Amino acid sequence: MKHTLSVLVENKPGVLTRVTSLFSRRGFNIDSLAVGPTEDPTLSRITLVVIAEDTPIEQITKQLHKLINVLKIQDLDPADSIDRELVLFKVNAAAERRHEIIEIANVFRAKVIDVGRNSLTIEATGSTDKLQAMEDLFRAYGIKELARTGKIALARGSRDG
Amino acid sequence: MSERMTGAQGLVRALELEGVDLLFGYPGGVVLPIFDALFDSDKIRTVLPRHEQGAVHMADGYARATGRCGVALVTSGPGATNTVTGIANAFMDSIPLVVFTGQVASSVIGTDAFQESDITGITIPVTKHNYLIKNAADIPETIKEAFFIATTGRPGPVLIDVPADIGKHEIDFVWPDAVNLPGYKPTVKGHGRQIKQAADLIARARKPLLYAGGGVLSAGASKELKELAELMQLPVVATLMGKGCFPEDHHLCIGMPGMHGAKYTNYAVTETDLIIAVGVRFDDRVTGKLSSFASKAKIIHVDVDPAEIGKNKAVDVPIVGDAKPVLASLVAELRKAEAEPRTEAWMKAIDDWRKQFPLHYHPSDEVIQPESVVQAIDRLTKDKKRVICTEVGQNQMWACQYINLTVPRTWVSSGGLGTMGFGLPAAIGAKLGMPDHLVIDIAGDGSIQMNSQEMATAKLNDAPVKVVVLNNGYLGMVRQWQELFYDKRYSSSTLDRDCPDFVKLADAYGWAGFRVTDPAELEATLIAAFDHDGPAIVDVHVAREECVYPMVAPGGSIDEMLGGVPGAPVSDMLDEDLLGEVWE
Repeated sequence: MKHTLSVLVENKPGVLTRVTSLFSRRGFNIDSLAVGPTEDPTLSRITLVVIAEDTPIEQITKQLHKLINVLKIQDLDPADSIDRELVLFKVNAAAERRHEIIEIANVFRAKVIDVGRNSLTIEATGSTDKLQAMEDLFRAYGIKELARTGKIALARGSRDG
Repeated sequence: MSERMTGAQGLVRALELEGVDLLFGYPGGVVLPIFDALFDSDKIRTVLPRHEQGAVHMADGYARATGRCGVALVTSGPGATNTVTGIANAFMDSIPLVVFTGQVASSVIGTDAFQESDITGITIPVTKHNYLIKNAADIPETIKEAFFIATTGRPGPVLIDVPADIGKHEIDFVWPDAVNLPGYKPTVKGHGRQIKQAADLIARARKPLLYAGGGVLSAGASKELKELAELMQLPVVATLMGKGCFPEDHHLCIGMPGMHGAKYTNYAVTETDLIIAVGVRFDDRVTGKLSSFASKAKIIHVDVDPAEIGKNKAVDVPIVGDAKPVLASLVAELRKAEAEPRTEAWMKAIDDWRKQFPLHYHPSDEVIQPESVVQAIDRLTKDKKRVICTEVGQNQMWACQYINLTVPRTWVSSGGLGTMGFGLPAAIGAKLGMPDHLVIDIAGDGSIQMNSQEMATAKLNDAPVKVVVLNNGYLGMVRQWQELFYDKRYSSSTLDRDCPDFVKLADAYGWAGFRVTDPAELEATLIAAFDHDGPAIVDVHVAREECVYPMVAPGGSIDEMLGGVPGAPVSDMLDEDLLGEVWE
């Protein structure tokens, strides 16, 4: 089962290494990872997506808590949190097919951010499922390059003030 | 109030303020400013080992025997990487250490400079925490934090990497009053409701068992453990790491569980209906096959490290907290409930097993049996103040089986990592910490050769330890496994009893050297070595192919043991009133 862990850490050198190496050392694979500063510049938030059963996820959470630089860990409930990812697609786009690709982008409320002679670059944000659906559609045209951020997430307002 | 000084002087001052009086240090280029500052300290004694691994094991042995934090200081590059085994050893056994490593100057970090190694990166998995100091002004605060982290909660090693230039910078030394670590708040007191639940189970159990480990020793909770055991008449098994946390001559003490535990011990663990686990981690060497380990028991698990609870074995009553306050609360709760001991029949069953299936070996007049050497050591020293250290392998297992300790912190042995070569340097550290104790390293001829260079350290630093080598000319435990599981194909496990000549080696280092090959001379030789006014080594030529029994095959159930007195299925041996389910 997929778990989204939101880990609040001290914004110090080496902290990301401590967190990620703990996962590999204890035999867990990280599905996606996103890191950035928070409203407090001394803190960073690491959002990790991990596929694991409940017992192992409890164990890795406890191990994470033991890291001195880790302040808070939330295992976000999908029903009670919001999450987003951002993807950049560079899609093969000969002139005669551009409009189809732009239409797809519009349906998904994505933006065309660059136009090349034979390609379009599209920026999209959304849930993992939505981005996956777009990717499947663009594959028909040929994806030249793709870059994807890890998922970022927050608990919903009702739950966390 | 601040005082102007160099970073190196600040480092030494901080150590003095932490109460450090002994440091194991090996110098090198980048740490010379620190060694120079140490030269002026009249509070800190610096002991020079012969290898950085030895320095860390010495600090470790010192910490185990004294209960204080061990300190080591080494140079960058190979000096730092040589400490890794020692640090990993302390990490696995939760021993408080602060290890300082030199680092190349800040300006060249990351350039593959001479004697550069990324020691903070290398030691992330084997330290409780580590630091790379980037500003000399951070020295006092970092050291204060390091000692706090190393010695509180579940103890462990902390490494501080100090670049060369940091020691030379001038700082205004200010000693912080307190540490500020928002991400580190160990839970000490157990949760009231869980303690009540645990007390209720203990009061109702018919076949309860205390399973005590190193956590009892690090919490200094032996008194509380004994109170609980005696109040409810609970049999106690102590792990290798917990040896000495409960007096081994006490009628409630029923030995060490696991791979080389006595049959009666493992039978009790198999049949118990309630495990009260305190400061243990259900290690595979204790549990054997997890699914059949204490499969009829409910489990109460007390540990200061929440990650240990439920890690290997699902638990009925988890209690996160330090063993000392938790055990005290359990005793108070049981007293309040006026709980009565109900273990008479259970203890009788265990005592019957103890009589029927004792530890045993075949004594001999012709050849020295290694077990008899350990028994002789125990007999000759049991009334003395003593610390027993071991190497790793058969020597260690026989020491576990045949040494009976009654005082906490008199046992120094590498548990989790199983580090051959630990015993001698650890014994030196223990001796320097407890100079009025007789400190003995029970060794094998394989292990002792892994750090025998530290004989010089013992000789030159007034650490008259005694090493008893159970010399069988093999890597004995490896040979035992090859005998039992690899058709006696002794691949790379054969040594030579005469190489090195341990008596000549003793002579080379200024130690007294003894050799004994005749069982009749064993005791007199040991007495001579123990009475000798200086370090001594006794080379005991023992039966070459003796195995440690009983033995649970790797991955097997712990009630199915090889060797020892033949047993029967355990449940056939219980009285009827102890059979059946107590928990509805």
